[in-house]
Amino acid sequence: MGILKPDDVDIHLLIEGLYYRYGYDFRNYAKASLKRRIHSFLKAEHLSSVPELQAQMLRDRACADRLLLGLTVNTTAMFRDPSFYIAFRQQVVPLLRTYPFFRIWHAGCSTGQEVYSMAILLQEAGLYHRCRIYATDANDRVLQTARQGIYPYKQMQEYTQLYLKAGGQRTFSEYYTAHYNNAILRPFLRERIVFGEHNLVTDGSFNEFNVIICRNVLIYFDQMLQNQVHELFYNSLCKFGILGLGKQETIRFTKYETAYDDLAKAEKLYRRRS
Amino acid sequence: MTYELIAIGTSLGGLSALKTLLRSLPTAFPAALAIVQHRHKESDQGLSSFLQKFTVLPVHEVEDKERIQPGHVYFAPADYHLLVEYGYFSLSVDEPVSYARPSIDVLLESASDIYDERVIGVLLTGANHDGVQGLRSLKARGGMTIVQAPDTAESPILPEAAIAAVNVDWVLPLSDIAPRLIHLCGAAGV
Repeated sequence: MGILKPDDVDIHLLIEGLYYRYGYDFRNYAKASLKRRIHSFLKAEHLSSVPELQAQMLRDRACADRLLLGLTVNTTAMFRDPSFYIAFRQQVVPLLRTYPFFRIWHAGCSTGQEVYSMAILLQEAGLYHRCRIYATDANDRVLQTARQGIYPYKQMQEYTQLYLKAGGQRTFSEYYTAHYNNAILRPFLRERIVFGEHNLVTDGSFNEFNVIICRNVLIYFDQMLQNQVHELFYNSLCKFGILGLGKQETIRFTKYETAYDDLAKAEKLYRRRS
Repeated sequence: MTYELIAIGTSLGGLSALKTLLRSLPTAFPAALAIVQHRHKESDQGLSSFLQKFTVLPVHEVEDKERIQPGHVYFAPADYHLLVEYGYFSLSVDEPVSYARPSIDVLLESASDIYDERVIGVLLTGANHDGVQGLRSLKARGGMTIVQAPDTAESPILPEAAIAAVNVDWVLPLSDIAPRLIHLCGAAGV
């Protein structure tokens, strides 16, 4: 490691402290966005410096837990990036039809919206009963929300628009019931989904999958950690298995560049070569 | 001073301003350009492929961990923040900053965090204040600051706010910005 600026050393020590004291491992996260989130957290906690936060976090578990939440990003929506679902329907669904049964791993599922979107897509393709979706996240709090499948009703308008742009074939409101300020997703959408805690940084493979979806999670990792997670994905995919990344993520700058063929280039759908 | 990166922010009216600026930069321009242009979150790569027609420099819509190369033009993709790391870009989908994702503040702050005084921050036409805070930090870290003269801006709100908040190095009509950048970067190492 080269010589760091004082501010960067402070960040480095905070991250090391979080790991040695609590086992939360942010050591190979992309630094620029991590630094921004640490500074917003300082503001929210009315602390004036990173060393001050470090001292407090090491002794105060509640503060460390709040920091952990502050460092985690949970931006998601149902049918986020509609064109991804269109490409998935056109390019991946025909391949899945050839299997009597298939497994999907949705890694970093956050509060679950994109998992349920996949369930809806597969339902409309007549394939939902043939699959099992493993939806994982490192954060058990977001998983609780994901398991419930209850979202603020006011988001449904946006989700309906995205559902239509994604090529949805029915009326979106068929998939939820309104209850006061909430929309409760229909229970059948949950039937084939297993939610579970899994940390991409520290946990290994747990099954063999036909499809792995991991969108806008790896952008938060540095290149070393990205390579490590790509190794995990590669080893967890069956031959000719499908990998789906976020719109601006790419396999290009990783060690696994040559291990996949493009299936839908613009939508970052890849197919494992062998 | 050798400037390695030029970080540019613009919103309303930006497309035509960028066209004017980019078409005046020569091949083998010695610094990289990173640009945040506010746009709709579902917009596609139309912006960068449109602007490619007006410049000899290669234009990219940034993909995560893309290497920063001199003489290349990098656009923040729709709905992602664009951040600078040592030698490459990274992206994030963190909450919008100043109501924007991509946010100009995020680009300028992270660019000056990495490059210190080796970065030029440029604010062009824009209808809100995203970018002002970023330009202030960039200036505080010793970077060079340029703002489009408000009377030449399609929307003067951003330039006016920046000039009011920051002791800007250069306030220039749009047509003078590219020549100034060439001069600043061409004088590298002299």
